[in-house]
This record gives sequence, structure tokens and C-alpha cells, in this order.
Amino acid sequence: MGFEFKRNNILIIGIIVASATVMLRLFSLQIVDKEYKITASNNAYRYKVRYPARGLILDRKGNILVGNEASYDIMVTPYEVKEFDTLSLCRIFSLDPISVREMFREFKRNRKRIGYQSLPFVKQISGKEYALFVEMSYKFEGFNAVSRTIRSYPFNAGANLLGYINEVDTSFMRKNPEYKRGDYVGRTGLEESYEAVLRGRKGYNIYLRDVHNRVKSSFEDGKYDIEAVPGKNITVSIDAPLQRYGELLMKNKMGSLVAIEPSSGEILTLVSSPGIDVNKLAYINKYFSELSKDPLKPMFNRAVMSPYPPGSVFKLVNGLIALQEGVLDTIVRYPCNMGYRVGRGVGCHSHPSPLSLTQSIMMSCNSYYCYAFRNIMDNRAYPNIATSFNKWREYVTSFGFGEKLGSDFPSEQGGTLPTSSHYDRIHGKNRWNSLSIISLAIGQGEIGTTPLHLANLAATIANRGYYYTPHLIKSVQDTTIKADFSKRHYTMVDTLNFKKIIQGMYLAVNAPPGSGATATRAAVPGLDICGKTGTAQNPHGKDHSVFICFAPKDNPKIAVAAYIENAGFGATWAAPIASLLVEMYLNGKVARGDLEAYILTGNTMINVIK
Amino acid sequence: MTSASIYRKLDWPLIVCYLLLVLTGWLSVFSSVYDPEYSTGIMDFSQRSGMQFIWIVSSLVIASLIIFAINPKFYNVTAWLLYAFSLLLLLSVLFLGVEVNGSRSWLVAGPLRIQPAEFTKITTSIALASLMGGYNFRLRTLSGYSRIAAIILIPMMLIVMEKETGSALVYLSFIFMLYREGLSGWFLVLGMIAILLFVTTLAFSPFVSVTILFGIMVIARGLFTKDLLRHIIFLVIYIPLIILSQRLENLFRFASFGEWNDLVWPLLIISPPFVFHIVQAFRQKKKYMWNIILSSVLYLVLIFSVNILFDKVLQDHQKVRIENLLGITQDLQGAGYNVHQSMIAIGSGGFAGKGFLHGTQTKFNFVPEQSTDFIFCTVGEELGFLGSLFIVLIYAYLLIRIISLAEKQKDAFSRIYGYCVASVIFLHFFINIGMTIGLVPVIGIPLPFVSYGGSSLWSFTILLFIFIRLDLERWK
Repeated sequence: MGFEFKRNNILIIGIIVASATVMLRLFSLQIVDKEYKITASNNAYRYKVRYPARGLILDRKGNILVGNEASYDIMVTPYEVKEFDTLSLCRIFSLDPISVREMFREFKRNRKRIGYQSLPFVKQISGKEYALFVEMSYKFEGFNAVSRTIRSYPFNAGANLLGYINEVDTSFMRKNPEYKRGDYVGRTGLEESYEAVLRGRKGYNIYLRDVHNRVKSSFEDGKYDIEAVPGKNITVSIDAPLQRYGELLMKNKMGSLVAIEPSSGEILTLVSSPGIDVNKLAYINKYFSELSKDPLKPMFNRAVMSPYPPGSVFKLVNGLIALQEGVLDTIVRYPCNMGYRVGRGVGCHSHPSPLSLTQSIMMSCNSYYCYAFRNIMDNRAYPNIATSFNKWREYVTSFGFGEKLGSDFPSEQGGTLPTSSHYDRIHGKNRWNSLSIISLAIGQGEIGTTPLHLANLAATIANRGYYYTPHLIKSVQDTTIKADFSKRHYTMVDTLNFKKIIQGMYLAVNAPPGSGATATRAAVPGLDICGKTGTAQNPHGKDHSVFICFAPKDNPKIAVAAYIENAGFGATWAAPIASLLVEMYLNGKVARGDLEAYILTGNTMINVIK
Repeated sequence: MTSASIYRKLDWPLIVCYLLLVLTGWLSVFSSVYDPEYSTGIMDFSQRSGMQFIWIVSSLVIASLIIFAINPKFYNVTAWLLYAFSLLLLLSVLFLGVEVNGSRSWLVAGPLRIQPAEFTKITTSIALASLMGGYNFRLRTLSGYSRIAAIILIPMMLIVMEKETGSALVYLSFIFMLYREGLSGWFLVLGMIAILLFVTTLAFSPFVSVTILFGIMVIARGLFTKDLLRHIIFLVIYIPLIILSQRLENLFRFASFGEWNDLVWPLLIISPPFVFHIVQAFRQKKKYMWNIILSSVLYLVLIFSVNILFDKVLQDHQKVRIENLLGITQDLQGAGYNVHQSMIAIGSGGFAGKGFLHGTQTKFNFVPEQSTDFIFCTVGEELGFLGSLFIVLIYAYLLIRIISLAEKQKDAFSRIYGYCVASVIFLHFFINIGMTIGLVPVIGIPLPFVSYGGSSLWSFTILLFIFIRLDLERWK
């Protein structure tokens, strides 16, 4: 008979096609597609998360900077809640009864969606509140406490440095799908930088459950349960007592204090003032809006973020460049008659004239560095100003200025450093000369550096020509830190030239009083501190007080930058503060009681324009 | 015929298929209500598995009554009486019915609850067979069409009024039987194109549908003129033009049509060939040319009224089901929940399944309507791809077997009835399994012989066994 396209056959073909479609779909669903297999296991099993303890943060001597402390979340299962005494519950947790009633109205509205689930009622209650609750819990059916850990800060120091953690929000989870609701994540500081190691890995217990979320039984007697892996401890380079002392010194002052160990680039102290009170860190949610509204911006980490004019401190850099370029030597002297009187001119204070290189650093002569800077810019070796400026810029960049140093501090900023095209835009191509940019000679004008940059400059000079990227991490439990931090970054200036500059810095601090040295207040007998003051002009108010130093002169152990906003002369505030920190670090105690008292009680905040 | 010869001549392949499906159904119902902690066995009459056993036994009794006790001439003779009686039941449900899950389709008499809509399928099939099997019936006449339409549409309307839209849709399946009996195949093709355009309009945009329609029409013209190649070349050039036309707004700022831009430009681009086609139709006076024009216009009307149809005619839950299927909205907790859970259950079955009673998804009520409309999930999860394939193959074999038996019948009544049976079972099978695996929107109709429920099992048993009994008449 053979096959014909009769209608009954067409219908049979239709049946075969339809069945084949169904079979293909089943094949893709059951054999090919993996998605549904994963979802299925999530569905019928209830994974009860076991939260790992977050890693500790220890200082360089093993003091615990950040630890963990038991805390409790009170959970509520609206389905199981019977009538209860709202007022007494509110009293335990000091809640507002009206908001609690509102909460329960909300539960009632969403009862279908909630089903048998438990929801957080109050988070992070204290041990005392927990004890009270447990005592009375028989009265509150449907409420139970779940233990979590929160961060504790046994050492009262370094809040801005350490950073805080908080619960992940929706937008964060969208970007980082490995985080689930209820997880905590480091948001700033070290907590953010080392989130990956501090975090640990969550474990879970598996229970069988039904569609109403009722747990039926433990799955296979916990055979497949996974233990939580605690986060790794990290040791940071911070010297906790020194950090605390630094914060004490910076109290009632606005600015930053940064100390680095030159031989390793490890940050010993990093203070941004005013900062966050450590006691508020664990309960950051409670204080967040208060802190973010504060006009003094305590959450803003000035030490690594704020670009300041470096002021006279920058003369060291210009001096080094001029020496290296061969346009300056230690013998030539330049005159100063209360300033540099060419072009718009630059003023100066009264001091003997003319001065040599060493004296110019010691007395911080503006005029001298205008000569030096113009020597660099008008150097005949380069065809035009743009070329010599670019050469100069190359030098400056080799000190780490104008870009992020690459520390492990998450919010670090790079400051600002102008380019020749910047001046081309302002003045027109080839329409500017060394006089147009003379402010740069004394660290004013278009340059912005963070206090971390300045501390790094001090460390670079202490090392006579190179620096290690400043960093906070010392070690991570069971791992080695990345080699990046043990690499020397050489500047383009020879060691020999650094030695010439250091002599000036030594005298600036240690010359006998009356010699015109600017930083004699910073002198500590036996410590051989080398330093340079700066008084950064500030169009918005009183000058900023700046000081960088390192000590001892040979084999330096510490390099410090102090930057105090609106505090006037560098010698008045920044130099004593930095030298006290150096003295504390090297001697373990402070012998200059009067000076210490003067700083501790001093208040420069009155000059700050809010 | 003696009992012994009846036994021999019964179509055993059909009966074996039936028994296999019923058994699978019973075990699946047991599994889907099985709770490992409180199991009381498959024969617990307080559970659905126990009840299903009662339904199965009673169905077997009914089946033997049909085979041995009822004269097959009875159906043709009483066709109209049965049909009228079942319509009366449907009507009475509207007034006396009990509401279950939002639809008023159950009649309650003491401990018995029946769903008359299930039984109307049988009487409608018999009525259709009786009408069309008559000696002086001509299908392709106005009176033929209208009488058939009346027989099918009256119960459909009553069922829609009971808010059982799913069951009403089943009656559309008679179109397959009508096709076999001489209905023009174009109805099927045109119907499928209509469904396609409906879906593309909802899922994408009227613009996409217009493009598809244009393509279909040009190819149809190519087929009729026997010059397919030139028409395809024309399409290859023209369709990119249509797609580009959406961008024309940017080129001709002055010719922007605002929010209608996406539609007006494509229509403008399409109109030259369309006008050309109309002019040719006037000149050549070919019937197919006018058919193409007429159906194009009707489809365009459909495309532009889809949104109105969708918003005004369909109920909210139906809209949501369609939107979910087409991926327009995704609401896994709400309307999309059933299908999503069901696909998880079936997908997690893998190749060989998790084993009888070892499903995790189909326990604990993750899939609603587990033992009735979504019974296939249990099969898919516990018996895996192999088991699912087996079930699908049984249905395919059963349907093909019914069709080939129907073709062998001596009288038109038996043949037409056989096609009715195949059409109804096919639609149930395809839609029910299709919805559990996300192929078709959720339409709440049971899986024949497998789903839990007395009315459903009884009615399918009666439907099938009447045909098996009619088939015996061949041997006389």
C-alpha cells in the first residue's frame, strides 16, 4: 500500500511531532539543564547558616585591635507569636511600643509571604539585654535569640584605620552575589582591604523542610553539614600604643599624623582627626547618620584622602632635583631681602642673607628656592619650559607624588600634580615661564599631596633615595603577604644629594636656638631628629602647620609627617606633635613634660572654618 | 458473541496501555501524598491513594459493564438524549453547583461529588458521531458547519460560565476530528498562524508580528505562484529594510510619528509590495490572491487588537499565566510558582529519577495540585527521563492505535467517535504535560487516566471503553 499523505496519516504525524516536542523538552529539562538540579536541593532542604567568626586584627606587637564579642539577634516567628506583654518586651530592649505594633501590623499584612519563617526583631543586643530576655522569654512565645558575633575593640585606637563592617544591602548583593542577606562585610579601612581573608567561610546545617518552612528533621543526621571556617587573623604594622598616643596628641586638632618605618614602609601610626570614636564602630548603624552629618567629617580619612599644599616641606624635593640636575650646589649662596623680588615675587621672613643650601633648609628661605626652582625651569639643557617642566614632573613623580602610592588602604587618593599641558591651557602654549609657576618652588599652587605622601617623603629622605610602598599589613595567618610591599622604589635623585639635604634638616632641628633654625622645638637630645617645617598658605583661612621628620639621623627608625589644619606656623604645632611621637616611639616615654602638656591641652579647632 | 470470543477479540494493546497508565497514576498519587514519617500505606482510604484505588476499581466495573452489558447500538440511538441530559446537568451545576478553587463546576450528592463537564465530553463525542455519521450529512455546507458548531459551542459556553476555561478549551480539540472528516486543512494552518501571531505580539511587539506575517504571506504567494525562489530573494532584501525602518526616525526627523513610529514606518515600508499585490489580484483574477489579501487584513486586525483582547477578554490569572509562559513577567512566588516548582521537580529527576517514593520536591506540597493537574511532576522526579519518556510513548502509542483502529471501522459512527476520543485525549495529554514542563500556559486540565479524581478517571474510562466496545463490532 505504501505511505500516503492521507489525512489520518497527517494526524498521526502531528501526534508524533507533539510527542517528540514533549520528549525534547523533557530531555533538555532533565538531562541537559543543570539549573533545576541545584535549585531543587535548595528547595527541600533548609540550610541553616553557621556564621564563621571574623578574623582578628592584631597590631605589630600582638595587641588585639579588633576582636569578636558574642552578641544576639532576637528573632521572631510571627506565626507562633501568642498575645504577649508588648510593654515589658519593649522595656527590655528599650524600644518604642508604637513601632513594635507597626511592625506586627506589617507582619500581619505579609503573613502569607512570611509563613513559618523567623524574621529579625532586634539586632545586636547587649549581653545584659540578652540575660534579661532569657529570664522572661517564657512570656514571649515565638521570640528567640540567635547568637552572632560582633566586633569588639579592646584597644581604644585607630577607628578610621580599622574601618567598620555592616550588613550587606541589596545593591551590594547584586554586585557580589556570593554575599547573602544577613552577611556582614567590611566597608572601610582594614576591614574592607582584607575582607577576603577576614571573612572566613560560612558553613551550614541541613534540615529537611516542607513548603511551610517547617523543619522536619536533620538531613542524614548531619552527615552533610559543613562547619564554618573562621576568618584568618591579620597582623598589621600599626603600633597600637603609638597610635593611641598619636590620637591623643591630635585631639582637638584637625589634620593628620602619619608615621612610617622607613626600612620597611610599614605604617606605624595613621591618625586622621577628628575621627570616629572606636566605641561607635561596632554599632555603626546607630551612629551612621550622626557621623555622616557631622560638619567636621569624622568619616573622611584626611591622612590618605585629602590633597593639601605641602608648603615649605616641598622645598626639600626642589632642592634635591636642582642638585641632581646640576643647577645647584652646596657652595653657592642666594640673597634674600624679605623675599624674592622678581615678577609677582614671593615674600619671606627675616633671616640672615645670603644663604647656602644647608642654611636655606635650616631657616626655610623662600627666596633661595625661587632661585633654585628657576634654575631648574630655565635650564639651558632643555629646549623650552614645557620640556624642563616635564623633567621636573618626572622627578616629583619618582617620589610618589601625584598618584596613589598603592598602599593597602582602600580609600587612598593620589593628590594632584599639574602637567605642562595644564599650564598650556591656562596661559596658552609657550606663553608661560618659570615665573608663572614660581609658587611650586615653595610647595604652593597647583600641587596637592596627602599626609601619607609627606610621610613617605620623610621615609624616602631617611632612606637616602628610595621608599617602600607604605602599607598596613604585616602578615596574614597562614599566608605570605604580596611581594609588592618589599620592593624598593628608587627616586631619580642620587644618595649623595640626599646627604646634602639631610644636613640641613638636621640643623633645622638641632641648631642652637637663635641661629635662625625653624624647628628647634622638635629637638630631643640624643635622638638626632632631622626635620623640615612648612607653613602652607591656605586661601580659606589660617595657614596649615606642617612638619616632616625622621630619626635618628643614621639608621632611621621612624619617619613622621604631621599636618595640622589652620594651626599657623609649622614650628608651633606640627613640629612638637611629630617630635613627641618620635620621642615616644624611640624612647618609650616622653621627657618633655611641658611641651606634651602644651600639645595635649592645645586646641587649634577654633581656627577651623566649619 | 460469547464472552470467550469477546475476550479474544478485544483490543488488548489499548487495554494494556490503559491499565499501565492507571497503575502509574495510582502509584504517583500515593507517592505525592506520601509522608515518610506518617505513612499508613497505599490502601489508606482517608488518603488520596486509597480513594484513587476505589475510583480505579469502580472504573474497571464500569468498563466491564460497557464491554459486556451495554448494546453498542444504544449510543447512536440515544445520542441526543444523552447529550441533552448532560447539558441539563451542566446547567444545573450553574445553579446548584459547589464552588471549588474558584470554579463552580461540582455537583454534590451525599458523599459523591461529580464534575459534569467531564462527562459532557463523552456525550458531545457521541452526538457529533451520530450527526456526522448520518447518511445525508454533508460537512461542507452551511447547515453542516452550523450544526457542528452548535453541538460543540453550547457545552463550551456553559463550561466557560462555570469558570472552567481549561475544560472548555478541550472542545476545540474536535477540530482534529473535523479535519479527518473533510474540514479544509487551511483552518488548521490559519489557526496556527493566528496563535503564532498572538504569541509574538504579546512576547515581542506588533512590529515583530507584522514582519513575520509579511514573511509568511510572501512565502505563501511564492508557493501558489510556483516561483518560491524569487519570493525568498525578495524577502531577504526586504526584511532588513523593515527592521531598519524603526531607525528611520533618526534619519528623518521631520517624519517622526511619535509613539506610533515603530508601527507606521514598517507599515509604510510594507505597503508598496502589498499595493502591487492587490493590483495584480485585480488583473489576474486568481482566487488565492484574494485569499491572501483577506487573511492578511484579518491578521493585521488580530495583531492590533491582541492587546485589547488580552486586557479585556482574558481573566487576570489567565493573563498572568500566559505572560509567565512567554517570559514577559517572572513571578516565581506568585503566578509562576506552580510551573517553576514543577519544572524544578521534573528537572531534578535527571536521567533515571530519584526512585519511587524518594522524590523530595513532590513531597511536602512544593508543587500545588500535586496529585491532580501536576501529577506528571511526580513521574518526572521519581522516575526521571526514562519514566517520563515511557509515559509519553504510551500516550503516543495509544493515540496512534486509536486512530488506526478508527480507520478500520465499517460504519462512520464508530470512526468519527474514535477520532473524537483520540482528539480529546491528545489535547489533555499535550496541554497537561506541556504545562508542567513550561511548554504551554497553565491550563488546569487533568492527565487522562493518571490524575487523581473520580470524575476524571470515570469519564476517560467510559470514553475509551465505548470505543473499545464499538471496535468489537468489526468482527461481526
